[in-house]
Amino acid sequence: MVGTYLIRRFLLMLLTLFGISVLVFAMLRVVPGNIADILFDSAGMIDTAEKAKLEKELGLDRPIAVQYVQWIGGLAHGDLGYSYVSEKPAIDEILPRIPITAKLAGLALLFSVVLGVPLGVISAVKQNSALDHVLRVISLSGLSLPAFWLGLLILMAFVKFFGTIPIYTDPPKGFWDSLLLYSVPAAAVGFRSSALVMRLTRSSMLEVLRQDYIRTARAKGASASSVNYHHALRNAVLPVVTVIGIEAAFLMGGLIVTETVFNIPGVARFLVEAIRWRDYPIVQNLVMFIALIAVSMNFLVDLVYAVLDPRIKYAG
Amino acid sequence: MATKLFALLASALAAASIASAQAAEPKRGGILKVYHRETPPSLSIHEEATFSVNIPMMGVFNNLVIYDQHKAQNSLDTIRPELATSWAWNKQSTELTFKLREGVQWHDGKPFTSKDVKCTFDLLQGKAQDKFRKDPRKDWYANVTDVTVTGDFEATFHLKRPQLSLLAMLASGYTPIYPCHVSAAQMRTHPIGTGPFKFVEMKQNESIKFAKNPDYWKKGLPYLDGTEFTIIKSRATAVLAFVAGKVDMTFPTEMTAALVKDIRSQDPKAICEIKPINVSTNLIVNRESAPFNNPELRKAMALSLDRKSFIDIILQGQGDVGGSLLPPPEGVWGLPPDILKTIPGYGDVEKDREDARAIMTKLGYGADKPLKIKVSTRNLATDRDPAVVLLDQLKSIYIDAELEPVESGAWFAKVARNDYSVGLNLTGNGIDDPDQAFYENYACGSERNYTHYCNKDLEKLFDQQSAEPDLAKRKKLVWEIDKKIQEDVARPMLFHARTGTCWKPDVKNVTIMSNSAYNGYRYEDVWLDR
Repeated sequence: MVGTYLIRRFLLMLLTLFGISVLVFAMLRVVPGNIADILFDSAGMIDTAEKAKLEKELGLDRPIAVQYVQWIGGLAHGDLGYSYVSEKPAIDEILPRIPITAKLAGLALLFSVVLGVPLGVISAVKQNSALDHVLRVISLSGLSLPAFWLGLLILMAFVKFFGTIPIYTDPPKGFWDSLLLYSVPAAAVGFRSSALVMRLTRSSMLEVLRQDYIRTARAKGASASSVNYHHALRNAVLPVVTVIGIEAAFLMGGLIVTETVFNIPGVARFLVEAIRWRDYPIVQNLVMFIALIAVSMNFLVDLVYAVLDPRIKYAG
Repeated sequence: MATKLFALLASALAAASIASAQAAEPKRGGILKVYHRETPPSLSIHEEATFSVNIPMMGVFNNLVIYDQHKAQNSLDTIRPELATSWAWNKQSTELTFKLREGVQWHDGKPFTSKDVKCTFDLLQGKAQDKFRKDPRKDWYANVTDVTVTGDFEATFHLKRPQLSLLAMLASGYTPIYPCHVSAAQMRTHPIGTGPFKFVEMKQNESIKFAKNPDYWKKGLPYLDGTEFTIIKSRATAVLAFVAGKVDMTFPTEMTAALVKDIRSQDPKAICEIKPINVSTNLIVNRESAPFNNPELRKAMALSLDRKSFIDIILQGQGDVGGSLLPPPEGVWGLPPDILKTIPGYGDVEKDREDARAIMTKLGYGADKPLKIKVSTRNLATDRDPAVVLLDQLKSIYIDAELEPVESGAWFAKVARNDYSVGLNLTGNGIDDPDQAFYENYACGSERNYTHYCNKDLEKLFDQQSAEPDLAKRKKLVWEIDKKIQEDVARPMLFHARTGTCWKPDVKNVTIMSNSAYNGYRYEDVWLDR
């Protein structure tokens, strides 16, 4: 039964990825200008003959459908093509950026869960107390402060008080150097994510704490921590897991502002640059990678549901 | 007592002079760290037209001749030999022969010869078998019929007509000599030069690194062990990185007046210079589409301009009013103020606007019946901000303009298609030279003559000034041409911007050019006092 479900979900994932591939391919061609236009733009002129020659060289003169089939065919064989800008294999350009963003996203996610879940529980358990109010202010600040503003504020504070700046200028040397480099931007990103997790944990916990089985547990003499963390949290955490899954997918490709402010050469900044250059092989393959992460996280969240809540049964 | 005092004073002075001499003695070693504003489109100077490429890459190469790297104002008088040891014109000034330096090696160990000079110019002129993907300055060499070589160390440029400015173009940072044995494609990704620094690597969005060329033909140079350009897209982050000492220097000519002020307040020891960059902001009007095909309407538009307001609003006063060539004192060829003020549109703004309104009324427009137009420009702050000021100024003469921001990559394609009515454009001049400016921007049929202005009589004057050996006479001709161009409203100039560069006090021997942003980055004798 579960096997059939998994196969269905896997096929659905493939279908989703196919849809995304068509969409990203088409949207890129709808945007005005291609790499030849951009390259000539940087030269301040358009030589139509030279431009046509360049388009031919890059295969941009072929019918759209042929270009799509060539891309997908290459992708199926692990050939991601060449970056139009660097003229290097796209895989060599994309691969080194993934661990950079993964480290940043992982740390930010860790920050948001470690901070967001316990504080959300405390906020719910101590509802309407002074502590709850303080935590509410903190979480709402996290949700409302723009990422670039917070990032720049952190950088300014570092420069002013420590005379240094935690930005990426060279690859970190070793674990501690890496941790030091990524922890500041991760905290800036994690602050917003933790606020979201905190708010969601709080509201979910409040709903569960009002359930009959919680009252029964208390009546049976279970300790407050057992009720809160064993009985209530396990049931309240389901929507939180969904949000964490969505956040994880978002963090892999959506950190453009943080990557720009902290000068981190990750996936999002690279993607935006590639879009600016209309570097189709980079954009198409990077979007597909991010889409793969998103659908995989979605799938993973579904599996975690079943582990957390034994009542959930997946039908074939 | 007096003798003792004198002796003490003398020894103190001697000690001070020794200390000063020691301080001035260049130190070797260290990496000069500069922030870079973006990932360059490629690493091939010849294929690009942006100082995003020139600034990091100039250190990799040498030219035949080069502008003196420590004279801020580039001119024919400041041209120095580099790969050429000397040069001579023939009597008719139609042949320029260079004696070339012997014993120079490319970074891969192969010897430099006259064939490399020929290969470079054959590539530039599209005569070589190998081709550039794009060739933005092939017009610079339109007057060169051929480059011939005599032996391994002599090369001669043959010209259709005398052109003294050829030397100016050859001295630009835009004119490095490329090796014959390396393909144009490789030069875009892993260039080989003869210059003081060898290219090491470029990582998109991260950095571009260069190492000292230990076999550099100028013995004892470079002083630095290398240079490193860290790519920082966010200007705010870049400024903070400079203040915190992560980089030694800001990206040359990239700081606005406001940012320079900010840096000075946070790092009072920083050395900052604000200078013209020879980039003009100008108005382009489509002369071929109605109603702009009416010269009267174009004249009225030119009369509406309040150039000082542009400079005050956009550049906090850091700009200059001028014609098509950079105005003096930094500009060598620009129109002097006494001529400039005689050109319609450069005098009393209110009076000029009165005249403009009279023209508009005559053409049937008025406060109750304004002319509705779109002003197109690139969707970049440098273009969009002055365009907004322009909209406001055009309102004063019954023109109700709407801003049409155009995606940067689509801008030149749009202009080339003539698919615009009025636009705001930025024009960068590689060198401060009339030939480059006139032929590139105002000659009939030139790709960069966006407004398609064409005046055959004036073109004869272009040739005449180009061939004139007497500099004073040539300057007069240049002024006459520039005045006519402004009177014809070929491409009204709004302003010439000044921008800033900052560096730490321990970075020595940096000179920022005052009439070009493309020529001063060899950095072979820059050193770090650490």
